Amino acid sequence: MSSQHVKRVDLIFEKIECRDVLKKIVDMEPDAICQELLESDLKGRGGAGFPTGLKWCFTASEKDPVKYIVCNADEGEPGTFKDREILDLVPGKVFCGMAIAGKAIGAKMGYVYLRGEYKFLIPKLNEELKKFHQTMDEFNQNFRIQIRLGSGAYICGEESALFESIEGKRGEPRNKPPYPTKSGLFGKPTVINNVETLVHSVMIMKYGASHFKELGTKDSRGSKVFSISGDTPKAGIYELELGMTVDEFVNDFGDGDTKAVQVGGASGFCVPRKKFEETIIGFEGVPTGGSMKLFNSTRSMYNVLHNYLDFFTEESCGQCTPCRVGCQQLLKGVEAVKRGEKNSKYLDELVKLAKTMKRASKCGLGQSVGNAFGSIVENFKEEIIY
Amino acid sequence: MVNLSINGMLVKVPEGTTILDAAKKMNFRIPTLCHHDDLCVAGNCRVCVVEQLGAKSLVAACASPVSEGMQILTNSLKVRSARKHIIELLLSEHNADCTKCYKNGMCELQNLSNEFAVGDHIFIDLNTIKDYTIDRFSPSIQKDDSKCIRCQRCVRTCEQLQGVNALTVAFKGDHQRITTFEDLSMAEVICTNCGQCINRCPTGALVERTYLDEVWDVILDPTKHVVVQTAPAVRVGLGEELGLEAGSRVTGQMVSALKRLGFDSVLDTDFTADLTIMEEGTELLTRLKKALVDKDPEVALPMTTSCSPGWVKFIEHTFPEYLPNVSTCKSPQQMFGALAKTYYAQVRKLDPKDVVSVSIMPCTAKKYEADRPEMRSSGFKDVDYVLTTRELARMIKQAGVDFNKLKEDKYDSIMGVSSGAAVIFGATGGVMEAALRTAYEIVTGREVPFEGLNITPVRGMEGVRQASVMIEDCKEEWSFLNGVELKCAVAHGLVNARKLMNGVKSGDIEAHFIEVMACPDGCLGGGGQPIPTNEEIRRKRTEAIYAEDMSMEIRKSHENPEIIGIYREFLGEPLGHKSHELLHTHYTKRVRY
Repeated sequence: MSSQHVKRVDLIFEKIECRDVLKKIVDMEPDAICQELLESDLKGRGGAGFPTGLKWCFTASEKDPVKYIVCNADEGEPGTFKDREILDLVPGKVFCGMAIAGKAIGAKMGYVYLRGEYKFLIPKLNEELKKFHQTMDEFNQNFRIQIRLGSGAYICGEESALFESIEGKRGEPRNKPPYPTKSGLFGKPTVINNVETLVHSVMIMKYGASHFKELGTKDSRGSKVFSISGDTPKAGIYELELGMTVDEFVNDFGDGDTKAVQVGGASGFCVPRKKFEETIIGFEGVPTGGSMKLFNSTRSMYNVLHNYLDFFTEESCGQCTPCRVGCQQLLKGVEAVKRGEKNSKYLDELVKLAKTMKRASKCGLGQSVGNAFGSIVENFKEEIIY
Repeated sequence: MVNLSINGMLVKVPEGTTILDAAKKMNFRIPTLCHHDDLCVAGNCRVCVVEQLGAKSLVAACASPVSEGMQILTNSLKVRSARKHIIELLLSEHNADCTKCYKNGMCELQNLSNEFAVGDHIFIDLNTIKDYTIDRFSPSIQKDDSKCIRCQRCVRTCEQLQGVNALTVAFKGDHQRITTFEDLSMAEVICTNCGQCINRCPTGALVERTYLDEVWDVILDPTKHVVVQTAPAVRVGLGEELGLEAGSRVTGQMVSALKRLGFDSVLDTDFTADLTIMEEGTELLTRLKKALVDKDPEVALPMTTSCSPGWVKFIEHTFPEYLPNVSTCKSPQQMFGALAKTYYAQVRKLDPKDVVSVSIMPCTAKKYEADRPEMRSSGFKDVDYVLTTRELARMIKQAGVDFNKLKEDKYDSIMGVSSGAAVIFGATGGVMEAALRTAYEIVTGREVPFEGLNITPVRGMEGVRQASVMIEDCKEEWSFLNGVELKCAVAHGLVNARKLMNGVKSGDIEAHFIEVMACPDGCLGGGGQPIPTNEEIRRKRTEAIYAEDMSMEIRKSHENPEIIGIYREFLGEPLGHKSHELLHTHYTKRVRY
């Protein structure tokens, strides 16, 4: 085992004076803020990896006088818990990031959509919010933030379902286009960013895009906070430089017996040991919102898959056919194969179905169920069948 | 304009057009399920997915606007495989006991399965795993979740067309269901029984409660005298269900068919529509007199119609403070029922207990209305069974009657003669127009000042319409109405009814008389009418209704000789003692969920 550690970084949790950053922003031209973000190559940290600067530029160019900033703090991906830590330790930076985005696009109102299970954070967030609003007043900035609590539906992390939820409706994804940059919350142009992304924007505004770009690779700039769990002696939250291979990661965080790593939670990919070396954690390899789950040889990959499918079967919003019924069929299907009621060829049918789900589902949830399913079935077929 | 290609063929369409409509223009049909012309786009079922070259995933044709240079394939390998999967998935969740289903042969899912030759049964039957019960508590609507494909057309109908929201989506994932407030039965919630959800449900999940067998039983019982009445809108709808073009007028054949089915007397709801005009018109004039001459502060104006039981239930739930404004007249169906067991039985020398009254309605709420406890003023149930237009078509098929070859026949007497004014009850604005034709003439002694008696301002498809008639040169006894501008308002579809009532509440809408029909475009778009429905089909039915009116010898209710006869021989005068007892009713405040 190599003793080489993956590079630790301390930007996200670094205690800084947000006031100073805000003060700097107040006098900046909105366009300059967008350009700085574009220059940084920052990609959204929720998992999808859309260039943040581009998102801001699109929204800034919309003519509507009313626009919104939404912070997606509905951290629901199994195995992810890093946003909770960010909100707990540096909440001021999150609000600061929202204010920067607000300035960049011309929004006067921001919402934090907080995962229902993180309700305990509210007193602390409110206290911080009070200070933030005072600072805004002091700088004559007309920008306000409200906190909205989710009710525990995984789908409400999907941006358009999240808007529906804030609007008081049932959390179901909308048809796209139109995209949020054009028609988001309350039908207005909206920037929606993940907690970590917003904090990164603060650091970029503080230290500059070039500083941010010193870390990571061409496709995956900067650092990223990971929630590491499973069969590891070092479970927890770590900020690491992007661009490492799974092999490097496992050398550092594994327990010496790691047979697979699930990168990106239930909706991400399962990387088997034989692919550790060739797989880069980042947008050029396996993208992730931050969840890293390690499995050692004591784990049944059938159980892992079953667990994920059970999760999706329950958490699909149920609106579109491929996702609602597809999830149930994948779950019942692997159970039937396991019990011997269907022969092993049936797995091939299910893999085809997973492809249809990826292609035909309405939103990211249904489209990503096939990731875990395909990668686990493909790499651990024997464990699924026998 | 936007240029794109569909299956390699270039097409130019206006910006904002969906891929679905662009393809339709090119004569490429893309299958759909959750899509409906009357409703907003959902993009739920995904049956309409097509391939957009360069896009990562397939796109829903119904929900995607075209964009410049777009290249679309509607029948590629990827599309075919996904579409087949989607249909198989829907079937795996659906109780596909098709031969026993009311919608057998008329089910959109069944048609799709046929087209895509689905017979592989790839997937596991999920329906057997779940425990479903059928909701049969409502007298009008039957809801069977095991046949529901969660396309949410019913939910969108209840929300967008009716603003009632009795149906909604609950739970998520595999537990997702279409249900009601606290999962109560359809009989216990705010449901108005309008049946618009039935008209838009693509499968057999929502259907009317049928009473076909009960009606056959009484027809075939020699001790019973069965009278049947047919509503105005049935005669312009029935043909569709029997293979004719939308808007075919089949009055004569329908009467002929009903006689062949074995009804003892085939009569016309239009007769009591004329009677309603006499009663309701007099009621309106009486209220106006109380308000204008007696300055009675208690009198409730505007007065609203009470013909549509969906509307009546809606106002009972939603605007109970306006219940005194609703005309106390029973609907034509109920007036007919009450008279069938009294006047008719008396003239025909029948024991009312042997008279069974059946009505053929374009409406599912009529089934509910007939069951209301108030509707027994003759001492018997006014109307025993209500069948929809669809159910009648089924009876005709069951009896082996070749409808299209039938010769036209005429309604029996008594209570079979009617006027053009009664026929137009079938269209939105019709009751208003019929009432004005009579009320104006009673008051002034002259015909309404519109060409050919056609009061066109109250006609049309607009959700809420307003019109007024200046009343001048009145007869002496009505002189208090001289110079009064009689203001009318019409709404159809309950979402418009709500708008109208809110307008009345806020003072934005001033009216003396209001007509509301619960269903879009009135009874001819009723919940019991043939499926499918859309604006074009309803327009054709509307045209047929007005053509029927124009073809009638008598066009005004008060000139109907049988109406004159019934007042002379039985009722006395409008709003008289007997009328009050048999033809009028009262209303009940109801819960709001």
